[in-house]
Amino acid sequence: MRLAALGSTVQRAASPAHPSSRSAGVLRRRLVVGALVVVSIAMLTVYFREADSGPMHSIQGAVASVLRPFQVGAERVARPFRDAYGWSADLVHARSENEKLRKDLRLLRLQAIQNQSAAQENADLRKALTYISGATFPRDYDGIVASVTSYATGEWEQSLVISAGRGNGVSVDDPVLSTDGYLVGQVTKVTRSSSEVTLLTDSTSSVTARDATTGTIGVLEVGEGPDRPFELNRVPKEKIVRKGDMVVTAGRRFSRLGSMFPRGIPIGSVKGHTQSDIENFQQIQVDPFVDFSSLDTLVVLVPKEPQRPGP
Amino acid sequence: MTADVLKAAIAFFVAVVLQATIVSSITVAGGKADLVLVTLAAVALLRGSIFGAVAGFYAGFLLDAANLDTLGVSSLLLSLAGYWIGRYGETTGRDRAHAPLVSIAVVTVLYAFASIALHAMLGESVSVQGALRSLPAQILLNLLLTVPVYALMRRMFASGQRLPVKDVEFG
Repeated sequence: MRLAALGSTVQRAASPAHPSSRSAGVLRRRLVVGALVVVSIAMLTVYFREADSGPMHSIQGAVASVLRPFQVGAERVARPFRDAYGWSADLVHARSENEKLRKDLRLLRLQAIQNQSAAQENADLRKALTYISGATFPRDYDGIVASVTSYATGEWEQSLVISAGRGNGVSVDDPVLSTDGYLVGQVTKVTRSSSEVTLLTDSTSSVTARDATTGTIGVLEVGEGPDRPFELNRVPKEKIVRKGDMVVTAGRRFSRLGSMFPRGIPIGSVKGHTQSDIENFQQIQVDPFVDFSSLDTLVVLVPKEPQRPGP
Repeated sequence: MTADVLKAAIAFFVAVVLQATIVSSITVAGGKADLVLVTLAAVALLRGSIFGAVAGFYAGFLLDAANLDTLGVSSLLLSLAGYWIGRYGETTGRDRAHAPLVSIAVVTVLYAFASIALHAMLGESVSVQGALRSLPAQILLNLLLTVPVYALMRRMFASGQRLPVKDVEFG
């Protein structure tokens, strides 16, 4: 008997299972999965072992170039919504922040006047001594402004991809700043048209940092805990660090630790410090100036001189 | 079949672009949703294990390229995830309404641990504590995404699953 009911559908009847076709299906399924696993492992191995100019890296760069216009487009569509969310969130804290900023402004005006005269005196003395300094920030660096095109998916992967690469003059180890001029991280991978930036919040990042007020030097690393505050480590107990002091890049290596960033890039302010009797060093918590969860545009610092600062 | 491959290729391209650009930038209660994994779960449940494994490989390749991560890592993990979800759909989860939710909850946990293990094997610094902390929020976010994504994918891949009644004979 043949039934017809137009406009409605029905599930396809299951085909009778035949032992030989079933075993062929199982074999085919296993072969496909096995092949995919083998190809994935081969890709992984080749990528891991080859140089940055190798074929797998080139393929990755080409695919990333294809994806980039779509990512930039999606980012442009999402930005107004993200800005609206940020604006609403900021509005909640606006009143208390306004009071704090007015207070800071009064203090900073006084400091600016003092700094101006100190800078003039410093310049005069350098000139008199014919003092030769290393590359200084921001005078000896050019900034390449790039938008963020991709964010890492994993919680432990604190990195993102920006839309400037080798073709724009970006190199591995270049420092990366927010548009406000605060340290964000450094370039760790470069393709022709995009670069990977590893953020300071990554557990592999460390920066030699200095208390701008007292001159105390330590190694800034991300700490443990839910909000992952920064910690200025390896600071001896006798060194003075005060709450609210600005922490900037020291511009040199600390023993074998830390990376080479230009001196004087602001990182954050001292949130507090503790010390125990059994430890040789203080535990200093640092509040970063940058909100790492809302980075849309970044600035890559490229040295003006071809010679890069050595370790 | 060709139409389904084309649809899946477009769906995963869009999912990867959205994941890398928008979804990964939104952190809720310490966790991030995984749109690619949710899309893969939906497609694998609808189209089976082989289709799921191949789709996972393709999505992983695009994801690693977009994030400039080590090529092959996401392909490996998502291929296995697609295969497992596809098998679950072909066997235990067949015709069960809760299959998408169950599979995404389980695969989110398995994917997180497999990812930690693989990255640790590659010598990368991974935080098990951090991953565990973000896992409940990630499961919840993925479950929230599953309902609309599965509905969309079912609509996209519906034509391959059903036949008009006039072509079916009874008795």
